[in-house]
Amino acid sequence: MSSPATTTPASPILGPSVTPRTIDSFLRAVPSVDEVGVAERAGALATRSVKRESKLAALHLAIRMCDLTTLEGRDTPGKVIQLASKAIRPDPTDPDIPSVAALCVYPNMVPYAVEALAGAGAGTANGTATGSGVAVASVATYFPSGQAPLDIKTGEVAWAVAAGATEIDMVINRGAFLSGDHLRVHDEIVAVKEACGPAHLKVILETGELSTFDNVRRASMLAMAAGADFIKTSTGKVKPAATLPVTLVMLEAIRDFHAASGTAVGMKPAGGISTAKVAIRYLVLLAETLGSDWLTPDRFRFGASSLLNDLLMQIRWLRENRYQSPDYFTRD
Amino acid sequence: MSTPDTTTPDKPATTTPEIVPTGLDYVASIESTDPVNIDPSYDLWIDGAPTEPATNRYFPTINPATEEPLSRVAEAGPKDVDRAVAAARKAYEGAWGRMPANERAKYLYRIARMLQERSREFAVLETLDGGKPIRESRDIDLPLAAAHFFYCAGWADKLDFAFPGLDTSPVGVVGQVIPWNFPMLMIAWKVAPALATGNTVVLKPAETTPLSALAFARLTAEAGLPPGTLNIVTGDGTTGAEVVDHPGVDKVAFTGSTAVGKQIQRNLAGTGKRLTLELGGKAPHIIFDDAPLDQAIEGIINGIFFNQGHVCCAGSRLLVQESVFDNLMDRLRLRLTHLRVGDPLDKNTDVGAINSRAQLDRITDLVDIGVAEGADMYQPPCALPERGFWFAPTLFTGVSQSHRIAQEEIFGPVLSIMTFRTPAEAVEKANNTPYGLSAGVWTSKGSRILWMADRLAAGVVWANTYNKFDPASPFGGFQESGFGREGGRHGLLPYLGGH
Repeated sequence: MSSPATTTPASPILGPSVTPRTIDSFLRAVPSVDEVGVAERAGALATRSVKRESKLAALHLAIRMCDLTTLEGRDTPGKVIQLASKAIRPDPTDPDIPSVAALCVYPNMVPYAVEALAGAGAGTANGTATGSGVAVASVATYFPSGQAPLDIKTGEVAWAVAAGATEIDMVINRGAFLSGDHLRVHDEIVAVKEACGPAHLKVILETGELSTFDNVRRASMLAMAAGADFIKTSTGKVKPAATLPVTLVMLEAIRDFHAASGTAVGMKPAGGISTAKVAIRYLVLLAETLGSDWLTPDRFRFGASSLLNDLLMQIRWLRENRYQSPDYFTRD
Repeated sequence: MSTPDTTTPDKPATTTPEIVPTGLDYVASIESTDPVNIDPSYDLWIDGAPTEPATNRYFPTINPATEEPLSRVAEAGPKDVDRAVAAARKAYEGAWGRMPANERAKYLYRIARMLQERSREFAVLETLDGGKPIRESRDIDLPLAAAHFFYCAGWADKLDFAFPGLDTSPVGVVGQVIPWNFPMLMIAWKVAPALATGNTVVLKPAETTPLSALAFARLTAEAGLPPGTLNIVTGDGTTGAEVVDHPGVDKVAFTGSTAVGKQIQRNLAGTGKRLTLELGGKAPHIIFDDAPLDQAIEGIINGIFFNQGHVCCAGSRLLVQESVFDNLMDRLRLRLTHLRVGDPLDKNTDVGAINSRAQLDRITDLVDIGVAEGADMYQPPCALPERGFWFAPTLFTGVSQSHRIAQEEIFGPVLSIMTFRTPAEAVEKANNTPYGLSAGVWTSKGSRILWMADRLAAGVVWANTYNKFDPASPFGGFQESGFGREGGRHGLLPYLGGH
């Protein structure tokens, strides 16, 4: 049985000596969160009216922000190859429709995703290794529970990166967080970040298990201090997954972290976002909390599987002023 | 901050719209004015029908966002007020006064349902005539107005249970004068309890916002309310004084400025008339260092910029614990840049038009005084429309208790910010005002909320929220903010015990 690293390396945020005490005082400075107030603010922003040109722009942006995801025990190379095709050209009849940001799969499926997304081009747009410009993201660290020894988790991460994943979605150790062992949570993220090498790290908080907004805000700060490139709400395997209020709390943490450190961390709500209408509400929340600097796939992603087709359907509606049958959109 | 383009209608485009590559700059999303029919001219509403004024005078009412006239409205003189009071007396002694309480309730329920059914029409009318954002009239004013009628309807036949041992008979003819900041909601606050308890009403709406009252009068006629039960006399302060001073009026309810409230109280001394006053305020909004800061920011924004700050309970004096002042101000200034000021009919507008030229002048004067007194002013970058009455959201820091902007009610989107060091100092500064309508406290400590609420001289104390209203919750002031309560069982009491 392995234990977390006994000495924590110096942190640019937490200082040269990271101890339970420094982490504790760092987290104590995080403002508390009033649950009623968060729900109210998120509810008020959900009434924003995004129409016409603004809606079309938002829908296009949402497609470019999609991490098209399949995370099932029954996933096969065939399924992943089909999804890769969808990721590159979501709507084959409309060349204006952009590719999604990434294809998100289990480590076993990474080699197939990399091959399918290799494409003809030699470019590495968005810093991705694939020619198509669509990145390969892999969940790792014994997703979704994370209940494995650290060296096995980092081993899984290193394997996925070696297989060609350029983005890693890890889960935090919720048990350690809830028991108050924040140092352990921190050190595991640091270790995983190291194992990632050049790959981008998205840290999943699994907010449905953290339960309170105070926990979510502290876990967000902890993950960012430990080196997360993105923070992400959920695995999609626990209810509730992403909600507007929990996303607002995390966006506010990102804003505070950026103000304190100058580091811009990205946000990824995942799980349960299946309609264009809801996706646009997330973009409104993003724009009115972090501003237009964050309205880019480099800083915001949707973790979703069924959202993409609704985005396509709504774009078609805006263009043609009538709804198309769902049969006109591919189900992959 | 954006100034919406108001030229494009709110419909899906039939041709392919051009893609806007950056940001989420909402294109104009204008609420349709189709459900609203505004007559070119309105008479008084007396004895269940439009009635030409004996004065034969009419005054214009305008849209403060465009300065364009909406309609002309009759100006009631003494003879007209006489007729209105006589009609109310007749109804009190007749159909309405004799009606069993459970029958009265049916009318109120019907009015409540009709307000809900026609809420979009009334919301647009409120926004056109008063300048408030459609988001607020749609989501707050109208739902709350209907809720007040539902709430009071429920009490109508249960008054003996609500007030055991008290005389629950009505007072008689009630004269009511309401302000321009929440025209429809103030009608509900005044008319619903008066009618539920069996009184009849002569109501004087504000000079700048008479249209919703006149539309409401027509709604009550459709609901079959017996003629004379509700009478509307429009006009300026002179008409209001005639209603208040009329010898046929048994009880006066006034919402408005403290200066006018004092005048009314002087005039009514010795007449035997009952009086309730809901007057001004300069509410302290107190932020402790352990507050949930981002939600407190929302509370502060809602407290002072809700309805352009035209709110008697607006949290216009922000008291911030020194240790968290810089942190909070950074958040507040950033949050202000996301406020959307502009066309009140745009569904994405957060701050609409100032209600009138006179009010804009008063705000401008007091802000100039604030600058002259040495306070530091901050306004976010903000393009205001050229026509209409507008004032940018404004913060003042470096404010002292002795500054006029810390003492006087500005009734606009202007926040005066001060600091304190200890809870006792917060209470001392908060209570250091002639007013006492409302207060807000933000802290994560439940015990401190209770400690503060015990000591704050305010009719309403909101904890970790602000500007929350509910028909079941009484609202009213201490000191120069008035007396009597509206809402809750307490709100029925002033209309009871006539005999």
